[in-house]
Amino acid sequence: MNSQKTYTINSQGEKGGEVSLSLSGRIETENLNTFLSETEVLLMEKAPKKLMVNLSKIEYLDSAGALGLLQLEDRAKAKSIPFQFVNVTDEAKRVMGLINRGALTIKPLVSDKRADNIMEQVGESSLRIFNDFVSIITFLGDLITALIYSLIHPRSIRWEDLLFYMKRAGVEGLPIIGLINFLLGLIIAFMSSLQLKQFGANIYVAQLVGVAMVTELGPIMTAIIVAGRSGSAFAAEIGTMKVNEEVDALVSMGFDPTRFLAIPKVLAAMLVVPVLTLYADFFGVAGGLVVGVLGLDLTVYTYVQETMKVISIMDIVKSLIKSVVFAVLIAGIGCQRGFQVRGGAEAVGASTTSAVVAAIFLIIVMDSAFAILFTYI
Amino acid sequence: MERSDQTPIITVESLTARFGSNTIFQNVSFEVYKGEIFVILGGSGCGKSTLMKHMIGLYETESGKVVINGIDVTKADEKELKKVRLDIGVAFQSGGLFGSMTLAENVALPLQEYTDLSPEEIDLIVKMKLGMVQLAGYENHLPAELSGGMKKRAGLARAMAMDPTVLFFDEPSAGLDPITSAELDSLIKSINAGMGTTMVIVTHELQSILNIADRIIMLDKTAKGIIAEGNPKWLKDQATDPRVRNFFNRRVPEQEEKGT
Repeated sequence: MNSQKTYTINSQGEKGGEVSLSLSGRIETENLNTFLSETEVLLMEKAPKKLMVNLSKIEYLDSAGALGLLQLEDRAKAKSIPFQFVNVTDEAKRVMGLINRGALTIKPLVSDKRADNIMEQVGESSLRIFNDFVSIITFLGDLITALIYSLIHPRSIRWEDLLFYMKRAGVEGLPIIGLINFLLGLIIAFMSSLQLKQFGANIYVAQLVGVAMVTELGPIMTAIIVAGRSGSAFAAEIGTMKVNEEVDALVSMGFDPTRFLAIPKVLAAMLVVPVLTLYADFFGVAGGLVVGVLGLDLTVYTYVQETMKVISIMDIVKSLIKSVVFAVLIAGIGCQRGFQVRGGAEAVGASTTSAVVAAIFLIIVMDSAFAILFTYI
Repeated sequence: MERSDQTPIITVESLTARFGSNTIFQNVSFEVYKGEIFVILGGSGCGKSTLMKHMIGLYETESGKVVINGIDVTKADEKELKKVRLDIGVAFQSGGLFGSMTLAENVALPLQEYTDLSPEEIDLIVKMKLGMVQLAGYENHLPAELSGGMKKRAGLARAMAMDPTVLFFDEPSAGLDPITSAELDSLIKSINAGMGTTMVIVTHELQSILNIADRIIMLDKTAKGIIAEGNPKWLKDQATDPRVRNFFNRRVPEQEEKGT
């Protein structure tokens, strides 16, 4: 909106003497800036001994307009110029009366300045990370306690919710997990075959794909997809419940929110992620098989035989152990981030993002730990 | 700045609202006069808030029209709707404040969008508006750090940012203690008296209605429309409709039937 001048200022009186400003027209939000700058210039030019402002001809004055008049008075007074409003209409008086002048100068109760010193910023960030760590550990403690309680008292588990989340996280994730792992197997087989072809070692493509998929990529890719699909959904669901004071209501009714909300999700993830991992392994190998049969002139039988040669039962067990741990991480972090929500819609969004990022980070960290652990055990 | 007179600023004509096959209200007609405090009253679920949302063009209308400052919002194009919306302010039930922004940023938003005032001037106006709703000093607070009453007042400050000619207020007293509620009522009255802003308030708080309303309409769930219109004190003392009497006397209908 462009400011249009809808008022006039008629100035009478000599420079340095008594000056009278007669205002007419509309002084409102849209022309506040022109009004303020024009009156400022007048104050500078006239440098009056006394300033009187006649408001009798003002047609309309909104609160911003009234603020402009009061600003003019303040500026005059700051220059030690005696100031007076004359012929103030009832309307103008009422609008000006609404303005609490003390509020204009009161200091904010909370400073909007963030620490600008780099050391303070580092300190603040470190504190935040430490508090986050403490909150994760605390939640982990709650979760383990609740899990043990649920295993001892299976009737306390909300079975309907558990099945619902198994369907959500598991069954509904089958198509995307199958597709991604199939393509992944296909890519690995294709890229490795380009190199292995040069040495006539096509046959090893099957072993390479099998080992890569079962020991590393199957569990990791499945965990990452579940983190994106379900970890974020858990965080958003619990976060929204926090915002709507539903979690507070649960607590006030004597429920343990971790047992009530987190346990079904964590248990569901622990049950479906290993199954999804096996399924992902199968599709990964199938992807490699397609390249082997169509591109490398291997038979299906040979390809399967070569794959079976390198994969032991222990590899599959290890892969399943990993996937159970990943499942606890994904669901646990999702729920913890949800419970952390304070505020509104924006906080729910932040918790969702944070749930996915933290889960993926922890998956990779745990996978590194498993790599070392399994090598030496 | 004109005080209440008989010039209609909002005209609602034969307005009908439906959600699917469920009729919320039908053939609702009334006028809101310039400068008055107009209250839309009724029990829970009678469509008060729905009516308000139709009046400000948030919902599509089944039939009928709503004319604000000469523009029919039910048929207005985006440009006209924007014009109407610049001339009205809406304070939502929960404040409707943006959680990621401070109070100052919330109030400054329309000023930044629709005026070319400098940041310093906007800052000054924001301080003034927050001062008007007794939230001076809270500019850097986030909505999550405020109580329910403060959120409502902050929502009011944002609604008033552009000095609208009509202010809509959805359930100003809902969830507030009587003292905070009375404070909000007197704030509404002082803004109406000071600025001459027309107020359209949706509420079912009896005390609030008797304190502030110049005129009311009462909606009823079963009648699916207006069952009473007029001055609240007159309606309280003189209304013949048992539904209106029950409402003003806080009586449950069955009790009266049993008594008679």
